[in-house]
Amino acid sequence: MHIMEGYLPVKHAIAWGVVSAPFLAFGVHRLKRKMTADPQAKILLGASGGFCFVLSALKLPSVTGSCSHPTGIGLGTTMFGPWVMTVMGTIVLLFQALLLAHGGITTLGANAFSMAIVGAFVAHGVFRSSLTLRLPFSVAVFLAAALSDMATYITTSVQLALSFPDPVSGFAGALAKFMAVFAVTQIPLALTEGFLTVLVINLLRTNATDAMREAQVLPKGMGA
Amino acid sequence: MKKNLLLLLAVVSLTLVPLWMTHPVKEGTDAFSGADAQAETLITKIRPDYAPWAKPLWEPPSGEIESLLFGVQAAVGAGLIGYCLGFYRGRRLSGTKQRPS
Repeated sequence: MHIMEGYLPVKHAIAWGVVSAPFLAFGVHRLKRKMTADPQAKILLGASGGFCFVLSALKLPSVTGSCSHPTGIGLGTTMFGPWVMTVMGTIVLLFQALLLAHGGITTLGANAFSMAIVGAFVAHGVFRSSLTLRLPFSVAVFLAAALSDMATYITTSVQLALSFPDPVSGFAGALAKFMAVFAVTQIPLALTEGFLTVLVINLLRTNATDAMREAQVLPKGMGA
Repeated sequence: MKKNLLLLLAVVSLTLVPLWMTHPVKEGTDAFSGADAQAETLITKIRPDYAPWAKPLWEPPSGEIESLLFGVQAAVGAGLIGYCLGFYRGRRLSGTKQRPS
């Protein structure tokens, strides 16, 4: 989902930056507030960010014969809601843009939008709706993580198709092509991310039940 | 615990199965190349005249250095998760409820 440095036309790059900035500004505000209000939550916040770091560093082989990586946004979102993860995701993207030449500064707005913003809000929406539908907690976490992962890659495809419509088949044609590269590859990876997220949440719920309850990071009655 | 082992097994199989499948290798790409790089190629195919207008400020000088940095990224993340799990597990088993400073 990393759009490479310089690979978005100037206007598009700026537009995505302008769209993402307010989300991040509010995300930073919410993150600060959480850390002041619940110092207890710091370690769990660290684990949420850490999960994002690990997962986006793992390039996994897919059934399409190419490699891509999960995003890790879902775990933190199920615990802290979407805003905090917009910041964590962007920190990961910044690290990769500056040190790994993966993604870029000019494309940071677009990449933050797909991974940290769309990823977090889809995870949040899916998680909440699944619980409202009374699906089991693990299923809700799985769906949130897997669909957030898919949504990120679909967003990247849309962003690229908007910038590079096919000369013959236009936006739709380009979208199909970019989806073939990103979205299809991502299906098994999204499942992997879903399973891993449930695994880590299970371990956290077993070991950090009290901390999670005190930091109010799980829905009522979901502490153990 | 058993559930977690099954989850781990699912993750490992989802990762290993693609390696045993045969894939037609598209012209100009390597087997299991990155989707990001494939998208880059696709952009140049759709718009052959497109010239990227910015370059990364710094690029890892070799594939080795790149994998070093990816390794660092994963290690930092795993360290944070391990610290969190270990901290709370230790606290749970010792039965104390000291707050982290």
